[in-house]
Amino acid sequence: MRDFVDYLINNYEVWGVIPRPLLYLLVMIASSAVILAFISVLVMFFVWLERKVAGHIQDRYGPMEVGGWHGWAQSIADGIKFFVKEDIIPALADKPLFVMAPIIVFVGAFSAFVVVPFSRSLMVADLNIGIFYILSVSSLTVIGIIMAGWSSNNKWALYGAMRSAAQIISYEIPVGVALLSAILPAGSLSLRAIVEAQSGGFWNWFLFRNPPFGFIACVVYFIAALAEVNRTPFDIPEAESELVAGYHTEYSGMRFAFFFLAEYANMFLVGAIVTTLFLGGWEAPIFSAALSGLAPIIFVLKSIFFVFLMMWLRWTLPRLRVDQLMYMSWKVLLPFSFACLFGVSAWILLQPPAVWELVAWILTVCLLGAAGWILLGNQAQPTKVLRAGS
Amino acid sequence: MGHPWPWVVGYEAGLNMLETADLLKEGIKEELQSDEMLLNMGPQHPSTHGVLRLVLRTDGEVVKEAVPHIGYLHRCFEKHAESVTYPQVIPYTDRMDYVGSMNNALGYAITVERLMGIKVPERAEYLRVIVGELNRIASHLLAFGTYGLDIGAFTPFMFAFRDREKILDLFEEISGARLLYNYPRIGGVAKDAPPGWLEKVRAFIDYFEPKIKEYNEILTFNKIFIERTANVGILPLEMAISYGVTGPNLRGSGMRWDLRRDDPYSIYDRFEFDIPIGTGEMGTVGDCWDRYWVRIREMRESAKIVRQALNQIPEGDFIAPEGLKAIKPPKGEVYVRTETPRGELGYYLVSDGSQQPYRLKVRSPCFTAMSVFHEIARGGMIADMVAIVGSLDIVLGEIDR
Repeated sequence: MRDFVDYLINNYEVWGVIPRPLLYLLVMIASSAVILAFISVLVMFFVWLERKVAGHIQDRYGPMEVGGWHGWAQSIADGIKFFVKEDIIPALADKPLFVMAPIIVFVGAFSAFVVVPFSRSLMVADLNIGIFYILSVSSLTVIGIIMAGWSSNNKWALYGAMRSAAQIISYEIPVGVALLSAILPAGSLSLRAIVEAQSGGFWNWFLFRNPPFGFIACVVYFIAALAEVNRTPFDIPEAESELVAGYHTEYSGMRFAFFFLAEYANMFLVGAIVTTLFLGGWEAPIFSAALSGLAPIIFVLKSIFFVFLMMWLRWTLPRLRVDQLMYMSWKVLLPFSFACLFGVSAWILLQPPAVWELVAWILTVCLLGAAGWILLGNQAQPTKVLRAGS
Repeated sequence: MGHPWPWVVGYEAGLNMLETADLLKEGIKEELQSDEMLLNMGPQHPSTHGVLRLVLRTDGEVVKEAVPHIGYLHRCFEKHAESVTYPQVIPYTDRMDYVGSMNNALGYAITVERLMGIKVPERAEYLRVIVGELNRIASHLLAFGTYGLDIGAFTPFMFAFRDREKILDLFEEISGARLLYNYPRIGGVAKDAPPGWLEKVRAFIDYFEPKIKEYNEILTFNKIFIERTANVGILPLEMAISYGVTGPNLRGSGMRWDLRRDDPYSIYDRFEFDIPIGTGEMGTVGDCWDRYWVRIREMRESAKIVRQALNQIPEGDFIAPEGLKAIKPPKGEVYVRTETPRGELGYYLVSDGSQQPYRLKVRSPCFTAMSVFHEIARGGMIADMVAIVGSLDIVLGEIDR
């Protein structure tokens, strides 16, 4: 921020007229507005993408009418609909909390984008505690969710909120520990430094470094982050078929839109974090120096891939029951993430020669193949083969 | 407890330190007993398969007691049947189990035919079996799709309905309606199959049989689905028999009982088909997964029956001559039971010789299935309530009539 303001004052005389603190304030507001606008537009794109992905997975087309080509303007139509809807607040609802809840959830989701590096110089603030800031700010959403559930004066909403709080808090720990496995090789919490530690080509990405543990840490983080954003198979709080709509049952119109947008923004944030910490951020997989001009596009494309992956999982898998969810967090993901941390530390400490890394990679691939064969080959098959005809 | 100095209580009672500690523990447990919550699911609820109201007494997420309240869809079917003529009852029977309405009307038609001694022509019998079994497939597809939806998988629902649409198109061609057909009539069927219809049915069966494998891949053997449904809502065989549960719910508990084989009606004794039962493959015998798996395999068996019927169907009349005249059964009473997709549907008909039934009582399979719900739901979690109701495959139209 200071560098940018100095740059402005030194190179453009007109900016020197405005007193410095005011200039800081203006730059802050402008950059927040830019990031807010960009993420909002991206979120509208995701709303459309979700419906198209859902449609195609379900053997149908999804939106096709609004705007002509594959219904691209569907999100805009949805946005207008949310604006003009009546704002209903239940009579016995706790009004201040009811109004504040969506705002807190929205702020918790969007304010994390301040440190996300879209390219080497394209970020609002390069905090030296980048990833730590993201984790702490996105935890604010829990408060918003509990407020939403409580203030709705609705037992079902309360149930959804309590489940959600338990879920998010439990999954924070595997998230943090799995991310540590990517922070350790970089040696810094700053997101830009983490990406720069992965420069040079896709073999340097943390996903592929420290052979089994980088990969496992990425998978653990992705699964835990799915639970953080309340997506299926972890969407108990919104479990539509059980609790109508969980903690946002009583919300309508723009307030509901806030929850909705925050969810997609959170998904993009998860994609951005996976990209930054495991997939080399804005770096292209090959010819990274030559393609550095395309850095923001590469970053957004990588993140969108993970958002697509999350949508794919939502429309394929059923939902876990709440006790199974808790079991998964504490007894499956947490031990794995600790093991990864241990392994990554061992790799960094022992500094074995490069050939060991290759050997470890080959072993990892064999292990994954064996695991896949055991898990998939052991599926129960129908015991009789149907023969057509009488 | 209440006494301000608990250790004094122990001392005064002559207890040593360990015994006093036990006394304290009991008191603390009393204090920490969490309150039970009365939760109301329905009548408007996304996953109670109709207008069913479940009142749950829960301790946290665990359900201590689940009481179903029915009657929201009661439309006085049995009273109506007393004031209309015999053929006019058929549309009413369609509306009981509206998902498998061909089978309801079939059961009623057989009841009146048995009372009157009407012999149904061969072609009509085969047409009735074909539409009845197609309707069974459609009904099980709906059960499968909505069960997936309850558990949280959105896609199998779309797949099931895509295939169900094809069956509904076939039904529209032959009877004029998509859901409530008024097609099986007393003495036969309403109209003959249009030209080309039987080939279309064959084409559908050819298309449908490989689809079951698709359903198995996306839902049946999905680890998450198995974890949600195996060992949940276990219905022991003795309890099923004592409550009078029939159909796939009884077969899921391990008993190979199917009225099409054990008390044959119509021409079902001419077809070869298996009776799938639940064997506790994924969990315990009689859990939700078993009942669901029975339905999936029954779809396959129904496809087999349809294929055999298509091979055997002769030309001929589609309705007996008595069916075209005024229906006036002799005085008497008869009870006929048939195997619908939901279980044993029984019609008890009392005739006084006039053109209107004197009394028509229906024994509804979903009613007995619902009656066992409070037993098998105890101790489950709220998410399990949804899984159990879905696995019983109830249709409120039939429960309430």
